[in-house]
Amino acid sequence: MISEGAVWAIFLLPVGALAVNALVVRLFLNDRPSLAMFTIVAALGAAVVLSVWTLASVIENGTHIFDEYTWLTVGGVELRFGLMVDSLTAIMLVVVTSVSLMVQVYSHGYMKGDPGYVRYFAFMSLFSAAMIGLVMAGNIIQLFVMWELVGLGSYLLIGFWTHRPAAAAAAKKAFLVTRIGDFGFLLAILYLFFNRAAFMEQGLDPLSIADIQAAAPLITSGAMAALGGLGLTWVAVGIFAGAAGKSAQFPLHVWLPDAMEGPTPVSALIHAATMVAAGVFLVARFFPVFEASTEAMAAVALVGAFTALFAASMGLVMKDIKRVLAYSTISQLGYMMAALGIGAYGAAIFHLFTHAFFKALLFLGAGSVNHATGTFDMRYMGGLRRIMPWTYALMMIGSLSLVGIFPLAGFWSKDEILGYAWKGGSVVEMAVFLMLAVSVAATAFYTFRMMYMTFHGQFRGGVEAEEKEQGIPAEDSHGGKVHLAESPWVMVAPMAILGVGAVAGGYLVNPQSGLLGIPVHWFSEFVVPPVVEHGKALPLNSMLAAVTTIVALGFIGLATAMYVKGKRVDPGVEKAVEPVRRTVEAKYYFDELYEDKLVVKGFYGKLGGFLEWFDQQVVDSVVDAAGWFSRNLGWAFGRLQSGQAQFYGVGITSGIVVILVAYLVWG
Amino acid sequence: MTGHDVYLLSPEISLVGLALLVMGLDLVVRRKGLLTLVAVAGLALPLALSIVLWVDVSSEADGRLVGVMGALSIDKFALFFKFLIVGVMGLLLAASVDYTRRMPGLRGEFIGLILLSATGMMLLAAATELITLYVALELSALPMIALTTFRMTSRSGEAGLKFLVLSGVSSALLLYGMVVVYGVTGTTYLAEIGAALATPMDASIPFGSIALLVGVILIVAGFGFKISAAPFHMWAPDVYQGGPTPVVAFLSVASKAAGFAILMRVFYTAFPSVDLDWSMLFAVLAVVSMTLGNLMAMVQSNIKRLLAYSTVAHAGYMLVGLAAVASRIDGDGIAAGPGSLLFYLGAYAVTNLTAFFVVMVVANKLETREIDDYSGLSRRSPFLAFALAFALVSLIGIPPTGLFIGKIFLFTSAVQSGLAWLAIAGVVNSVISAYYYLRIVRLMYMGEPSDGKKLGVSVAFGLALAVSAVSVLALGVAPRLITWITDGAARVLMG
Repeated sequence: MISEGAVWAIFLLPVGALAVNALVVRLFLNDRPSLAMFTIVAALGAAVVLSVWTLASVIENGTHIFDEYTWLTVGGVELRFGLMVDSLTAIMLVVVTSVSLMVQVYSHGYMKGDPGYVRYFAFMSLFSAAMIGLVMAGNIIQLFVMWELVGLGSYLLIGFWTHRPAAAAAAKKAFLVTRIGDFGFLLAILYLFFNRAAFMEQGLDPLSIADIQAAAPLITSGAMAALGGLGLTWVAVGIFAGAAGKSAQFPLHVWLPDAMEGPTPVSALIHAATMVAAGVFLVARFFPVFEASTEAMAAVALVGAFTALFAASMGLVMKDIKRVLAYSTISQLGYMMAALGIGAYGAAIFHLFTHAFFKALLFLGAGSVNHATGTFDMRYMGGLRRIMPWTYALMMIGSLSLVGIFPLAGFWSKDEILGYAWKGGSVVEMAVFLMLAVSVAATAFYTFRMMYMTFHGQFRGGVEAEEKEQGIPAEDSHGGKVHLAESPWVMVAPMAILGVGAVAGGYLVNPQSGLLGIPVHWFSEFVVPPVVEHGKALPLNSMLAAVTTIVALGFIGLATAMYVKGKRVDPGVEKAVEPVRRTVEAKYYFDELYEDKLVVKGFYGKLGGFLEWFDQQVVDSVVDAAGWFSRNLGWAFGRLQSGQAQFYGVGITSGIVVILVAYLVWG
Repeated sequence: MTGHDVYLLSPEISLVGLALLVMGLDLVVRRKGLLTLVAVAGLALPLALSIVLWVDVSSEADGRLVGVMGALSIDKFALFFKFLIVGVMGLLLAASVDYTRRMPGLRGEFIGLILLSATGMMLLAAATELITLYVALELSALPMIALTTFRMTSRSGEAGLKFLVLSGVSSALLLYGMVVVYGVTGTTYLAEIGAALATPMDASIPFGSIALLVGVILIVAGFGFKISAAPFHMWAPDVYQGGPTPVVAFLSVASKAAGFAILMRVFYTAFPSVDLDWSMLFAVLAVVSMTLGNLMAMVQSNIKRLLAYSTVAHAGYMLVGLAAVASRIDGDGIAAGPGSLLFYLGAYAVTNLTAFFVVMVVANKLETREIDDYSGLSRRSPFLAFALAFALVSLIGIPPTGLFIGKIFLFTSAVQSGLAWLAIAGVVNSVISAYYYLRIVRLMYMGEPSDGKKLGVSVAFGLALAVSAVSVLALGVAPRLITWITDGAARVLMG
């Protein structure tokens, strides 16, 4: 059994790396920047080992809860901090530490020569520590703090290249949009706090995650009536709002594509594998609360499935390779949310697990392509497969896994979700199934469109051609150069390791039949905690799998015909779908809706107008009065500044008199 | 004096010894830096003796050792203040080593007088008898008055003179108040006063009789001067502006802490039976102090005057803890009024020291005390700017700092005592204070320095500043580091 100290060490190692990088390397050893990389790689390497040990211990002994530290006591409630290490945490720890480790190694190649190299690794240490702290938090306040720190890390890294206005704007947007969701999360926490009496009657702590999980069945059974009915749904919806913000679910999806302004390894780690999956983790963490509310479950399912389809449609038309991957990520997160909403807990986490590997791989591949061409615009790529055979092969593996082709990892997890939706018969489940099935087709098409535009055909000039044709302003330039060659091994090797996960991470952990001593459906059975009712494993539905594979292959074929063979769609059809294409290319005008209508017209216009009035009429007059008062008071005191100590004595004695009179009058 | 009394007074005696040693050494050693070294190292002795006493006191049934004919009570409450004052002194003496180079002939006296004043403050926290209390109060105040003049400028002398005169006025009022209380109760021992007043004489009059009412108000005025609560605060801006910065720093934390110590001791021991009467008085004084302090701080252009009004405002926040009588003890004692006040005093001490240390260096190296000259400080020294910014953030009460937790404790205890309006006034005032604290932060980071001068610091100063700044953070992250001490200390007052 793993000791508490060892689990804490997983969190404290990257904290230590942060301290060393920020306080030692950055300040004193700036001339030897690679020390920063070695520090965090060493810390995360050890963290990976400890995470695997934690996983083994949880497999053997079940959930560990360490919660003996009281932080402070306020209003009769003890704020504790501790660790809750269940099967979900153990899986997340392995994913977070191992993907993070690979990304740090890759970053050494990608960020080489960047003047902010040490700062980059300091931020990465901060993010890794917060993400690890998030998945093992034992208390909802602690979780919230980590949740915000993760958001801070994301903000700092999206805006890492501070000299580029687009990056600064994207960082701000990500921070603000996720904050909207976090507000819902905070309200849910406050709701729990204000209803603490109901928890305390049952001997439960309203802020402990384990106790919240334990309370959910009590609420449904009526033992904690105070929280029954709509109250529980509001808690669930509030938590889901937070999750939707972090996981970029509709309608809070707008920040993630813009977040691609950050360095590509950041996108791989934060905006593909870990932080965006934290939303899914959060819903899974409080799954008993969701299970107790049918409405909340339906909302999660429908929002997730709609996001999956909606984001996939935008992926079809993007010209920027990272934006394609960003929409793909939103779409896949939608899959996971939808799976949770229909009760497929095991399948959702299984998909989170496989997705972390293949999507991180695809992002690192995009970074590798950028390393060679200097651009992310696929219109200026092409023909790279002969120049970068390793990158091509590895990205192909990632793509096939994403599309869900047998026997790669993505196939198993995606089909488990689809199988779940198919099996259920309710209206919600049918709707979810339809939306997810259509997005399978879209996924196949946009993924291979991306692969073909990037790697096939002739090279179309890279960043040099792009800057010439597009007239990109100098301050928004990535400063990239065309340098057609395979990336160095320090970038390819981490991709290869993630590639292994993208191939084998599916069947090996969740086999359909006993294999090499791994029990059938090991992952799905293991990851579902005993407090969760739904979501155990489901045998593969081979008919369904065959159909979805044929659909996917069909759309890969369509992409091949259009982007390799150069077949044109009939002009009449093209003309007919033109308005649709425009709408999708404009991302359904969501940015315009939010920025122009809501922010500019609504906030700046209406609310701003009101606030301006309020500020000028009410606030200013109060401030003026206070200023006048203070100034005159100041003047009055100033008059007595010239050595007139006797006035101070008068002040003291008149104070005494006033108090005495007040007592006699009102006492 | 029996041998036992000597044992009980050993921290104070060793402090006096240390003061004499330092002043004696001043006559013979040439390297004056040695004096600071001796003084800081010598503080280990009173600290160790206080720890011994803490262990001894913990094993007593009633948690106290009484000595010197019942005039002193060595208990956890008194020992908490001994730890606090010794700690503050250690940091302050180490940090002021550069500053004291400016007063070449006076370094021995500077250290010696601070040590003597601290002796008075330690005694004050232990005093349980009015005469002893008064002597301790004067012992703590007189050296500070002398120290105020140590800048040897006309402004410094003027400040010292004002301090002397007004200190005399407040002492007179205090003594007069004590006389009245003695006249009503016939005793000078706090516990006996409490027993004599256990059954109120006339429930329709506050405090039971007009005479006692007058006496108590005079005592409040005397102590109010010490803690610089409005309307007894007017000396503070002048003295802060005129006095040497290390002296002012000591005044603002140690002297204030000692003032609150005796205020709590007197009111919880001698007047518990009429607590609702004085609770309202302190609540009103709290609101007046916070509001007046914050409003006046807004219009200051001199950083030391700003910090003076800031301490007035903080005296207001601290009085909230005194007013929260109904929450004197709860389940685990942390949130109770006195316990949260003690925590706040500790957190305030390290926060204010951090701020004053930076002011000290800037005053020393840049020869300025004007807020505008803090413009671009982050480019002169990122370390100093960050430390000051962090201290100011703590003074506002933003996490993760000690005073954030302190304010949570104080305002919670007010709510638990049914004084929700007082808590709201405190929160509103904290928001107002953000205006003038953050203005300095913005200036340091967004402003341009007027010249390219960089600021370096000595090792001793850097260490002292780092220790105090880290303590601010530590108390904000792990309040339990001292709540186990403040809890024990607060319980003593509850008997």
